[in-house]
Amino acid sequence: MNQKKFTKDHEWLLPENDCFQVGITDFAQRELGELVFVDLVAEVGNSIRKGEVFAVVESTKAASDVYAPISGKIVAVNEAVADSPALINEAADTTWIMKIEATDILELEELLGKEEYEQLCN
Amino acid sequence: MSSFVTKHIAFHTPESELDDALTSKYGSLDQSEVLAILESYANENKVGKNFIGLGYYDTLTPCAIERMILEEPDWYTAYTPYQPEISQGRLEALFNFQTLVTELTGLPVAGSSLLDEGTAAAEAMNICVSATGKKKFLVTEDVFPQTLAVLKTRAYGLKLDLSIGSLEDLDDSYSGILLQYPNRYGEIPDLTKISAIKQNFPEVRVCLATDLLALLKLKSPGALGADIALGSSQRFGVPLFYGGPHAAFFACQEELKRSLPGRIVGMTKDTRGNNAYRLALQTREQHIRRDRATSNICTAQVLLAVVAAFYAVYHGRRGLLGIADAVHGLALRLQEKLSSHLTVKSPFFDTLAFEIPDNEDLITEAEDQGYFLGSVDGRVLVAFGEGHTHGDVEALGNMIIGHLRRVGASEDKPGRMSIPKSYLRNDSYLNQKVFDAKDETTFVRYLKSLQKKDYSLSSGGMIPLGSCTMKLNATCEMLPLGFKGFNSIHPFRQQVPGYQKMIAELRQMLLDIVGLDEITFQPNSGAQGEYAGLIAVRRYFESKGENNRNIALIPTSAHGTNPASAVLAGFKVVNVACNELGEISLPDLEAKISENRDNLGVIMVTYPSTHGVFEDTMPSLVEMVHAAGGQVYMDGANFNALAGVVNVKDLGVDVMHLNLHKTFCIPHGGGGPGVGPTVCAAHLAPFLPTGGNHFEDSDGLNAVSSAPFGSAAILVIPYVYIKLMGYEHIASATKSAIAAANYLVKELESDFKILYRDKDGKVAHEFIIDLREFKAYGVEPAHVARRLMDYGFHAPTMSWPVPGTLMVEPTESESKEELDRFARAMRGIRAEISRVERGEWFNDNNPLVNAPHTLSDIADWQHPYPIAVGAFPAGMDGVGKYWPSANAVDHVAGDRNLVCSACVGG
Repeated sequence: MNQKKFTKDHEWLLPENDCFQVGITDFAQRELGELVFVDLVAEVGNSIRKGEVFAVVESTKAASDVYAPISGKIVAVNEAVADSPALINEAADTTWIMKIEATDILELEELLGKEEYEQLCN
Repeated sequence: MSSFVTKHIAFHTPESELDDALTSKYGSLDQSEVLAILESYANENKVGKNFIGLGYYDTLTPCAIERMILEEPDWYTAYTPYQPEISQGRLEALFNFQTLVTELTGLPVAGSSLLDEGTAAAEAMNICVSATGKKKFLVTEDVFPQTLAVLKTRAYGLKLDLSIGSLEDLDDSYSGILLQYPNRYGEIPDLTKISAIKQNFPEVRVCLATDLLALLKLKSPGALGADIALGSSQRFGVPLFYGGPHAAFFACQEELKRSLPGRIVGMTKDTRGNNAYRLALQTREQHIRRDRATSNICTAQVLLAVVAAFYAVYHGRRGLLGIADAVHGLALRLQEKLSSHLTVKSPFFDTLAFEIPDNEDLITEAEDQGYFLGSVDGRVLVAFGEGHTHGDVEALGNMIIGHLRRVGASEDKPGRMSIPKSYLRNDSYLNQKVFDAKDETTFVRYLKSLQKKDYSLSSGGMIPLGSCTMKLNATCEMLPLGFKGFNSIHPFRQQVPGYQKMIAELRQMLLDIVGLDEITFQPNSGAQGEYAGLIAVRRYFESKGENNRNIALIPTSAHGTNPASAVLAGFKVVNVACNELGEISLPDLEAKISENRDNLGVIMVTYPSTHGVFEDTMPSLVEMVHAAGGQVYMDGANFNALAGVVNVKDLGVDVMHLNLHKTFCIPHGGGGPGVGPTVCAAHLAPFLPTGGNHFEDSDGLNAVSSAPFGSAAILVIPYVYIKLMGYEHIASATKSAIAAANYLVKELESDFKILYRDKDGKVAHEFIIDLREFKAYGVEPAHVARRLMDYGFHAPTMSWPVPGTLMVEPTESESKEELDRFARAMRGIRAEISRVERGEWFNDNNPLVNAPHTLSDIADWQHPYPIAVGAFPAGMDGVGKYWPSANAVDHVAGDRNLVCSACVGG
């Protein structure tokens, strides 16, 4: 689990074989409340740059952009969360929203570690 | 003014000297005097039968609807149904409206009203552009002239490439196309060509501006492959009103539902598992999405949508079809009568357009007989509506034949034109139970059953909504709406001297009160007023060759409509931060100005602030923006804290809007109508869309709404209000509103944290109660809001402008007794929160989180605390208690699965 990296915008990134899973943190889902809609803005095959929006998550009272933590090529999007946004509320830390192949591995160094992120949330 | 007010009146306001000249110019009249004036004005407007068409038709408002909705304060004084548990009545009525619209348009998703047909068309254009990413849009030249005018302004605002042409001009480069069905001449276009659009250009979105009465007979837009259908529901029982208010309808395919502008009512369940309605998919809207909202629309036309829905319920499916058949029958009969004189080339539903020599003479002759004929592109229009008779057909037919003989027109060969069978709808519709035939007894009881569910200023009590200014207006202000000389006038009539006098006087009174130089009454809401003002600012800069000035500075505390309107007017939004006191941060403003100095267009500022404080920073802010070459737009939502006390020009404001439905007493209607006139200084006046025959203006940027004077009829309400009050008492009302807010602050400050005040510890006309500290015990603003229902109140504004808070605006219209009752309720709730804090009640099972408590709860009590504690809190007795009709509704389920119309048999 300590391979997991975080952004200050409450996304997480976890290596999986030769790509990375990306999701939103449990802190983020608690702040948002029960999700009712996940808009998968990015499509498989798209290139995306760090900081660009790849999804929008919505509760009944808020809409929040989800940003790519690193640049790369999108290799998978999780249609299951679009069909059932509650999956993110149930297990945000293990429910990925997209998978990305990094184009610039150095960007990983700019992300936060677990402790740094937890400090930020507190 | 009651005595308590005078004790609290010595509060700081920026300028409290009464303007002596205005006080003597505007004395106060009594009710009978004002009514006599308006009666004489109404009598100057000639009344007759209207055949002008172009989107506005004669209709008969059923007496039950006129008396029990249009004249019933329980319907017209309710707030927007954001608190669904106490709004189930009009939510159901709006759900019926949506069902009516989805059934007749054949499209699956409908909203609960837009401001008018022209702006609905502009919204459709916007959706097509966002859905496809293409900036080109095609509109056929035979749409209503006023729709074209509104589209031109919107295309200018959004920098879109709008082409005006015909269906033949369409290609794949366009985002969408708008056609009128039937068109401005009443012709039904070739439907095979419309159906073919999708096959030839699958990527192009097809929008049909259409007519609900015609759709009872003609193929539905859905069946023709349309993506969007829109139009006005006026002819479903809403008087002509010289242009408005009327409710526009808007329906779309499923894939566009998240782009749909305005409110949608959805069905869900409450905590007892009963069906309940609520406002759905709110994340589309400006109060959440700000500059990324699908539209700037906020106030809609709820009252008029409710009327249209009840008109359909009253007549039922068969009754409606009967009306459509009758209206079509009259048009057929006239065409037959004239068939050997005049040729009609296309099938029609209710409108005939004739090319007649010397048609001005004919139109004048008809007017002398009480028939108002229309005219467009040199053709005479005869548009039939409900209430027209065979006698009218005979009289008009003879008049036209006589005229043709006089001018020596040649005879034509006789021919009859009927609607081809393939154009008629062959599906069954409106099979929901609510549209079954019923007698008036059943109808009235259904209407009243919905009315009784809702909390309004008349049926409930204070609605202390920050920023929304809910005050119960004088009945006398509503009376002139019943005058035929005001309510039966078509907006494109030229000679209506009574209206012109009333509007001219109101214009002068408002300009005097505000202190600026020009006004337009076109905007049908505050948000539309913002848009009109910002368009004027952009045109002003362009006239000076400063096209680059496209930055709108907007404080993060602004109403969501501000950034949304700025985007529609072509500005780029740059946020300005607020400091810990809630004030606009001058250092941040300075930084943002210097970053954007060359391109600064406008700042949008609310004064007093949305935080309810007269910010000392206002003069510096104005100076900084002006020094950088920008204009100052003031959001007038809080003008009721300034009226009669502050001259806006002295503040340095260049342009603003007024919410006549807040400050000047037009009742809220349950979520509209509104009137949001834009007021500006002289240098912007040439760029303001002002009234008159606005759709014939050649530069095409003179219309922000369909009718020349917007919702003209309800201008009588502020007219009467100002005449009754006189300038002096408008100032007293302002001071009383400020006093009332400060009184409540004093009453509540030992129990709650009051978030923002000025240096003297005072608030303006509203204030914010901070509830964030209670989150630790599981108590959220939504719980307090719902608990207030148990105490017999409508909640204040919730979690805006600061999350986790309530914003209270008592207004000047509530008595000290009512303010005290509210203070007692809030203190009672504070005591209840303490019991949760102390652990006497469970965090997740207490009267706060379970609120509201309903009669169903009483019959089946399942809570760990006594009924008396839950349902009759602190000092309440059962007498006169308001009972919410639904338990807490499930918002999450309602948004996860949108249901916005009733299924067949439902």
